[in-house]
Amino acid sequence: MSRPERPPLGQRPPVLEMIGVDKTFNGDVVALKAMNLTVNQGDFISLLGPSGCGKSTALRLIAGLSLPSRGKIAWAGGQGENDLGVVFQEPTLMPWATVSENVWLPFRLRGQPYAAVKDEVLEALKLVGLEKFQNAYPRELSGGMKMRVSIARAMVTKPRLILMDEPFAALDEITRFRLNNDLLKLKEAIGCTVIFVTHSVFESVFLSDRIVVMAARPGRVIREVTVPAPYPRDEDFRTSAEYAALCREASAALHEAMGEPA
Amino acid sequence: MSLTETRPAKAAPPETVALDAEDMRRLRLQRFDKIGKWLLPLVVLILAIIGWDRLVVWNNIPHYILPGPGLVWTTLVQDWAMLLDALLVTLQITMMALAVAVIGGVGLAVLFTQSRLIEMSFYPYAVILQVTPIVAIAPLIFIYVDSRTAGLLMCAWLVAFFPVLSNTTLGLNSADHNLRDLFRIYGATRWQTLRYLRLPSALPYFLGGLRIAGGLALIGAVVAEYVAGTGGIGSGLAFRILEAGYRLNIPRMFAALLLIAITGVVIFAGLSFLSHMLLRKWHESAIKRET
Repeated sequence: MSRPERPPLGQRPPVLEMIGVDKTFNGDVVALKAMNLTVNQGDFISLLGPSGCGKSTALRLIAGLSLPSRGKIAWAGGQGENDLGVVFQEPTLMPWATVSENVWLPFRLRGQPYAAVKDEVLEALKLVGLEKFQNAYPRELSGGMKMRVSIARAMVTKPRLILMDEPFAALDEITRFRLNNDLLKLKEAIGCTVIFVTHSVFESVFLSDRIVVMAARPGRVIREVTVPAPYPRDEDFRTSAEYAALCREASAALHEAMGEPA
Repeated sequence: MSLTETRPAKAAPPETVALDAEDMRRLRLQRFDKIGKWLLPLVVLILAIIGWDRLVVWNNIPHYILPGPGLVWTTLVQDWAMLLDALLVTLQITMMALAVAVIGGVGLAVLFTQSRLIEMSFYPYAVILQVTPIVAIAPLIFIYVDSRTAGLLMCAWLVAFFPVLSNTTLGLNSADHNLRDLFRIYGATRWQTLRYLRLPSALPYFLGGLRIAGGLALIGAVVAEYVAGTGGIGSGLAFRILEAGYRLNIPRMFAALLLIAITGVVIFAGLSFLSHMLLRKWHESAIKRET
């Protein structure tokens, strides 16, 4: 598969911009304060922070599931039909539908019959290594496999931006490492843009080229850590000195976010 | 790219391993459970029938007070033509009522979940209709409704529709929240959300309500017949019981009662089977686990 060209950081066209976004609940609970974020094409951005820092709120705002109290979220070139794919913390599959029917869903909701998009669906399943399970029901799959189906569903339409809300938090460490590796391979294969919410320093450094560190009360961005290591990244990167140094840096920023000495 | 994850293979039967005493005991227990589920109720039934028969014979109970099982059986065979006609009438009312209950219950449930306003306006009346005993409403219905069949149908429907309505409403509202968000993100229309998300989520709940409604429709039909009380051709089983009672034809009462009971069991079993077939592939309730 040919890898889409990806310009280095700083030379990528923007996809989405958050400009001075506030989100207040019930009039006085400030979930997010003055958030600015430019998402560029091909970015892998992690939102890293303690609970209550507004990272999931930011994701919901971008997804259009709630509206900002102030500020705006602007899509480059306006909003379209194929802006988003989403992966939640749970696999969120329809238990009554087979694996391929679940992956078909985004197309189906656009009125496209299965026969017309069968190739795309099977291609997506192949990318996550589940082409043999297209006729299985979700309950027949393990937790990690369900998450793969969920990822296949998010990317099957090749959306402009994929949002992932702590997708691997509920999985065991071994499955998590494996899915981290596979997610990067996938990203390289289809050249997607990802915003990934996590509270794991190691995960964020391994996956992202930009780590946006957020603090709580009120939820806000306090620092951005850039991970210059080139993709593809593999186990060698996970054990390298560079990785360790970056983890220290991100960890220090996280401690700062939590108001503790590093 | 090899991303395949190995799936735990189905536990192969340990053919080569010799069964020890513990395994044998467990197997025996399993087999016993399987057979016992059918055999034990059958044994109880046979014992009860024998007991009933002996009770009647030993105490010389006259048949107009308590007929023996043999006499009930003979009556059932003798009166079969008349009882079958009556059964078909009752069954027809029951099935029509159940069908209308499903259409009305599901239709109302969908309306309720689509519009909060409609739900707030009408839900209390659905509850009131449900909690008012049907025997109390039925005489009124038969005053205002000319057609006897329509009156019976209405009574049976009133009894049967509520479980369908309340269960389906619950089911429609219990669609996974993340899936609802996902549908919103993908710009699903109201109809698509209903068709692809809410209705399938509601299916297990609906089927649970349907099983209750099946029994209730039969009860409603029988009770309404008692109230309606008209006889002649085209009367149902309940009327045959009443009529036989006036004539002190107790064996026929038993025979008709037996038919009603069997009908109830068949309806329940049929709906349970339907439920199993519809859910067996994906719903927890229908999945057998190896223990």
